[in-house]
Amino acid sequence: MVDGKEQRLMLAPNSILCPPSSIHAVNMSPLHQYLILSALLFCIGLAGALTRRNAIIVLIGVELMLNAANLNFIAFWRYGPNPEAQTGLLFAMFSIAVAAAEAAVGLALIIAIYRHYKTTNLDKVDGLKG
Amino acid sequence: MSLVFFILAAVTLAGAAGAMSLRRPVHCALSLVLSLVGLAGLFLRLGAQFVGFAQVLVYVGAVAILVVFAILLTNNAEIIGRSSTVSSGWLAGLGIAVAVFVSLAAAMARSSALNRPASPPPTASVRDLGTRLMGEYILPLEVLGLLLTATMIGAVVIALHERRAK
Repeated sequence: MVDGKEQRLMLAPNSILCPPSSIHAVNMSPLHQYLILSALLFCIGLAGALTRRNAIIVLIGVELMLNAANLNFIAFWRYGPNPEAQTGLLFAMFSIAVAAAEAAVGLALIIAIYRHYKTTNLDKVDGLKG
Repeated sequence: MSLVFFILAAVTLAGAAGAMSLRRPVHCALSLVLSLVGLAGLFLRLGAQFVGFAQVLVYVGAVAILVVFAILLTNNAEIIGRSSTVSSGWLAGLGIAVAVFVSLAAAMARSSALNRPASPPPTASVRDLGTRLMGEYILPLEVLGLLLTATMIGAVVIALHERRAK
């Protein structure tokens, strides 16, 4: 990819990934590979954020989803139509900074919740009264 | 040719899967670090040097340490024990995640805009990025500085002991 060669990945016929017109084999462009990876990462993070009970691990899942979005920004910058503007790069940088702020406040909130409820189990933290 | 991509993708996905499925929170945090390092490698491979190194500095350096400290400050004895680590509605959550992936993959497979020929890698020097940040992106940068300052103060205030106020 760095030397500009075309990267092709032969993919076995698959009802989800292939449009109905090209059943035999689909040539995945590099952008496709990055987007599939990013979608997988996002869904792993989403599954973790929705299913785990520990609040800290839910926050880790949110971080994974944010990182998947960053990967999309960078991949679209690299393979998109106008890379000279560097919009994707700059957006990813701002996104990293905002995600760091989110992590700091989120973990402080979890620590405050732990002081109050003596647990980080989200199934038990269900009261609105202080 | 794209062997590096597959290795980095496998590292990233394995780390993410570990972070979401391991039992002990500390192991989850270490898996998260593995995943973030893989992502930084992918950023470097995509030609985004500065973002890749910022990823290492911010996520692997700072956020992972924050997560580890939060795990240390909260006692997770009940979770390490025999009780389940997944919440009560885990089946619905898993179903939603799979549905999201299927819809994303279907949208990607149908899109014809993604099949552009590979272009030569664009250059993004740190000097160029810095010029842009100090030029046309100066206002977002200042707002970001304000946000980070407010976050720092807010995090300290939130995590302070409540008892002192009484």
